[in-house]
Amino acid sequence: MFPYLRLGPFLLQLPALALLVGVWIGSFLAEKEASRLKLPPAPVNNLIFLGLAAGVIGARLAYAARYLSVYLANPLSLFAINGNTLAAFDGLVIGLAAAALYGWRNKLSLRPTLDALAPGLAAFMLFLGVAHFLSGDAFGEPANLPWSVYLWNEYRHPSQVYEILAALGIFFVTYRRPFNQPSRGVNFLLVVALSSAARIFLEAFRGDSLIWLGGLRAAQVIGLLMLTFALYTMGQWGRSSKSETEEGTS
Amino acid sequence: MVVVLALGSGWTILSRVPLAAAANEERSAPREGFSAPDFTLDLLGGGQVTLSELRGKVVVVNIWASWCPPCRAEMPAIEKVYRAYADLGLVVLGVNTTYQDSESAAQAFVNEYNLTFPIPLDRDGSVSQRYALSGLPTTFFIDRKGIIRSVIVGGPMSEATIQSKIEDLLKDTP
Repeated sequence: MFPYLRLGPFLLQLPALALLVGVWIGSFLAEKEASRLKLPPAPVNNLIFLGLAAGVIGARLAYAARYLSVYLANPLSLFAINGNTLAAFDGLVIGLAAAALYGWRNKLSLRPTLDALAPGLAAFMLFLGVAHFLSGDAFGEPANLPWSVYLWNEYRHPSQVYEILAALGIFFVTYRRPFNQPSRGVNFLLVVALSSAARIFLEAFRGDSLIWLGGLRAAQVIGLLMLTFALYTMGQWGRSSKSETEEGTS
Repeated sequence: MVVVLALGSGWTILSRVPLAAAANEERSAPREGFSAPDFTLDLLGGGQVTLSELRGKVVVVNIWASWCPPCRAEMPAIEKVYRAYADLGLVVLGVNTTYQDSESAAQAFVNEYNLTFPIPLDRDGSVSQRYALSGLPTTFFIDRKGIIRSVIVGGPMSEATIQSKIEDLLKDTP
C-alpha cells in the first residue's frame, strides 16, 4: 500500500494518479478501437471526457446538495480539491446519463460506440485495481494463507491483487475479440459479463462487502443481475447479427 | 447461460457472510468502518487524554505539525467548527507530531491561531505509527461509538468539508 508520495510541499495521491493514467490509456484505446471500427474517433473521445466531467461535477453537486446549508454558507468549498466530498454513486449515474445524452444528440450508433469503448473500459478496470492496491481500499477478508498480505492490522486475502489479475485476464480476452462480431456491441457486453462474473467470484474474498439481508453480499447480487442482462443481450445481439449476415449472403 | 447463472447464484449463496462473523467495527485499524485505535497522550499545557474515554462524543483527530503549510491553512477552520459544535458533543484532538516538531513550536502555533481544543503530544511517534500516518495533515472523523467514519489525508480542509463530515455523526444519538 503506497497511498501518498510527498514531493516537497505537495502530497501526491497515488491512487488518484493511477485512475488518471487509467482514463488516459482507456481513452487512447477507445479512440484506436473507434478508428478500427471505422467510427470517427473525436466524438467517442468527447463522449468519454464529457461523461467524466459531468460525473465529477455531478458527484460534487450531489454531495453539496446533501449538506445544502453548509455549502450555501461556504459556496467556494464546491471547488475544493478533495475526493472525500464526492457522492460517487450519484456521480456515476450523472456521468452515464450525460454520456448517453451526448451520444443521442450526436447520433452515435449505440452498438458500434459500445464496442469502441470496450478495450478502454477493460484497461480502466485494471487501473482501478491498481488504485485499490495503492490506497488499501477494497481489502480482503482476514486469512492465513501463504500469499496473505498484512493490511489494516491483519493478514488478509490480497483482494486487490486478485482484482488486478482478473482485470488483466479480461483485458486480454477483450483485446482478442473472440466473437469476431465487430460493431455489434458484443465485445462490450463481453467486458460487462466477464467483469460481473469476476465480481461475483472475487467478492467472496472481500472484507469490506456491503451486506444485504440474509448475509448476501450486495456486489454479488448486483453482479448476478448484470451478468444475466449481459448474457441475454449478447445472445440477442449475436443472433440478430447472424441473421443479418445470412440475409446478406442469400 | 443457465449453467453460468446457476454457478454464480450458488457461489453467492455459499459465500454469504455468517451472522456470527466479526464485523470490522469490532476490530481496530486506522480506516473507515474500523474501531479507532486507542491512545493515551500527554496534553500541551498539562494533563492527559485517552481516546476511548471519549466514547459517546463525536471526535475529530487531526494530526499536524507546526511546519506543515496545509496544517496551518486548515487550523482556523477546525477551530471555528469546534467552537460552533462543542456544545453538541464535538471533541477535537489536535495531535501534534512532537517527535518531528517541538513543544515550543507547538505552543507558539496554538497561541498564533488561538486554539481552544486539546493538543495531545505524540512525543515518540507511536500514535502516528498506529494511525499509519502517511502525510500531514491527516484527519479522522470518529462517531460516538468510536468507529472511524471518514479519513482525510492532506489538506487544507475547508470549513464546509469539516462540517459535512461531522453533521451526520452529531445527529446520531449517544
